[in-house]
Amino acid sequence: VSEKTYLQAISDGLRLEMRHDPRVFVLGEDVGVYGGAFKVTLGFQEEFGEWRVLDMPLSETAILGGATGAAMMGMRPVAEMQFADFVSCGWDHIVTIAAKQRWRAGTPVPIVLRLPSGGGFSGGPFHSQNPESSFAHVPGLKCVCPATPEDAKGLLISAIEDPNPVLFFEHKHLYRRVKGEVPDERYTTPIGVARIHRPGEDVTVVTWGAMVYTATEAAAQLEDLSVEIVDLRSVLPWDKEAVLASVRKTSKVLVLHEDTLTGGFGAEIAATVAEEAFEDLDAPPRRLAAPDTPVPFAPALEQAFIPQVADVVAALRELAEY
Amino acid sequence: MATGAAVDVVMPQMGVSVSEGTITKWLKSVGESVEADEPLLEISTDKVDTEVPSPGSGVVSEILVSEGETVAVGTLLARIGGDGSAAAPPAPAPVEEPAAPAAPAPPAPAPAAPEPAEAHNGHDRTFVSPVVARIAAEHGIDPAQVEGTGRGGRVTKKDIQAFIEASPPPEAEAPGAPPTPAPVPVAAAPAAPAELEPGERIEPMSAMRRGIAEHMRRSLDTAAHVTSAIEVEMARVVAARERRKHEFEHEYGVKLTYLAFVARATVETLREWPWVNAELRGASIVTRNHVNLGFAVALEGGKGLIVPVVKHAEGLNLLGMARAVADLAERARSKKLLPDDVQGGTFTITNPGGAGTLLGTPVISQPQSAILGTYAVVKRPWVIQDETGADAIAIRPIMNLTLTYDHRLVDGAYAGGFLRDLRARLESWSDDE
Repeated sequence: VSEKTYLQAISDGLRLEMRHDPRVFVLGEDVGVYGGAFKVTLGFQEEFGEWRVLDMPLSETAILGGATGAAMMGMRPVAEMQFADFVSCGWDHIVTIAAKQRWRAGTPVPIVLRLPSGGGFSGGPFHSQNPESSFAHVPGLKCVCPATPEDAKGLLISAIEDPNPVLFFEHKHLYRRVKGEVPDERYTTPIGVARIHRPGEDVTVVTWGAMVYTATEAAAQLEDLSVEIVDLRSVLPWDKEAVLASVRKTSKVLVLHEDTLTGGFGAEIAATVAEEAFEDLDAPPRRLAAPDTPVPFAPALEQAFIPQVADVVAALRELAEY
Repeated sequence: MATGAAVDVVMPQMGVSVSEGTITKWLKSVGESVEADEPLLEISTDKVDTEVPSPGSGVVSEILVSEGETVAVGTLLARIGGDGSAAAPPAPAPVEEPAAPAAPAPPAPAPAAPEPAEAHNGHDRTFVSPVVARIAAEHGIDPAQVEGTGRGGRVTKKDIQAFIEASPPPEAEAPGAPPTPAPVPVAAAPAAPAELEPGERIEPMSAMRRGIAEHMRRSLDTAAHVTSAIEVEMARVVAARERRKHEFEHEYGVKLTYLAFVARATVETLREWPWVNAELRGASIVTRNHVNLGFAVALEGGKGLIVPVVKHAEGLNLLGMARAVADLAERARSKKLLPDDVQGGTFTITNPGGAGTLLGTPVISQPQSAILGTYAVVKRPWVIQDETGADAIAIRPIMNLTLTYDHRLVDGAYAGGFLRDLRARLESWSDDE
């Protein structure tokens, strides 16, 4: 066990998996010589050679099409988008081919897409989004959104092992800000299993990614309130049982995410809670998410856009007083 | 279309002993039109589930009591028609009553318990959340009794949990005098255990189930139950039924059952044994010159038991009895019974024999003094005397009858006399009956 940043944990997991399985290779823009836009693959080309660490042309379509084809031929590609926002160029390959090939033709498509996502550093509308809800709507895909270094490493290895296409949303704001103990050896963290980040009795917060930390700070400020934080870790599949168990205990739930509100994955969770835990509710399920606009550049506006600790405190306070 | 004044729909009086009813379903919603006498809603009381016909024609302009709520008789449930009802925005139901603790006032918690009857009559309560409603139902608590600390005095989950912890388990809540059930169904059921064992499932009792539970317990606490049984040789009844069932079916569309024969014979026999058809009222014995004959009808899926009453059964011949029984049983199963159909019984027949059972000890329907049980007709070896007077064994259809009686009024010899005469009547059945 050693202390690693979120970014180091991802890098570590990827490296171990490339050593473990010769079918695994990485491809993306500047992932080789430059070591990746965020340096996740720094030193990889030296260790694994240029045929397993492929610098690709400036075409997300080519990267995702190539990864899909290689996976169908038996490889285990790990494709990197420099920013998750750019994945929309490859929508067709992911949604039309990768997600459905297994159903159409029986061919597994074991690709992993690494998607640096999220805002908080004035990246503006093209470099700050959290598009997990769009893909969580597509049967055949898996979407993971780790919050801690330990989960990031374990979930990445699970994603690479998984025979399905997995979208791995790694939050840029956590890359170097979050540190934690990470086992040195190779291990897996199951996809689709939530983690109780903080146990509590009075109100449940269901969240994932960087919002886990926002919720944690808010809970620390609410000394008179016992807040349970459920870190979903994956949104597709998502751990319905863990959420329902927590809601049955507390009877009040806040669903929190950094993505915009309308059609966000929080809507799915709130609807499920209303359907399946109706008789356990003591307040309407509540959502807190970004407003329905593109992500603004200006720091003040971006702060107003991304849910802040004070917003979570106010929402929890209202729920508690309902 | 409707013009003029709005028509009020109120919780109907379901008979003297029923003080409240639960709305189980609205068949029309606000804005829909309804004809006079068209079914408007379904209600459930501890006695009967029934449809309530609309008292007038027009558009449903307001629904004031929502499904699942229990309100007192006479409570305003809805309004139909009225000038401009179509144009009027559907008023948010709960705000209507003047007494309501409205939002702008400082959160004044509803006054605790002193006037439960006041607090209970419906729409002056604040919102009850699903979890609070469920906990209240499981523990038989009226949420209006709980002091609320939520927004606007709302009762929160914690409030009701604290209320349950603070109040002692409602054991053996004194049933009070039988004819006047307590107006508020508070704590009718013992508190449910808080924790479920693995594999267990919990659900609230229906209004009917609670009514049955309360009545059965009260009856056993009231009457001194004793049961006597007798065997009846049914050959003549079986033959009479075979002879006449086609005629009944084809001429009158009525199914001829053994129950009709037993009921017919019972009514005749009760005339000779009036205390079996009597009632203890205080320190007095009340007998009567008529028989209002109740018979127990099981609803499908164990959902309950209802006892419709054939009024003045002494005036019915076999056909009239068969027809009355078939009609009431059908209406009991299709929830079409009217409140009067289940009132005023003086004696009850129950027929657990449908499933083949041979003996039982039914519970008396209060305030009656006895209940007759009829059981399966079974072919048995039976000792008879042949034409020479010698004993012989023959195969005969035999039915057991039980009379469960209140020994405070009816003694064993008296009950035995009744059973003996009833048997004689059935064993010597002739079509003149």
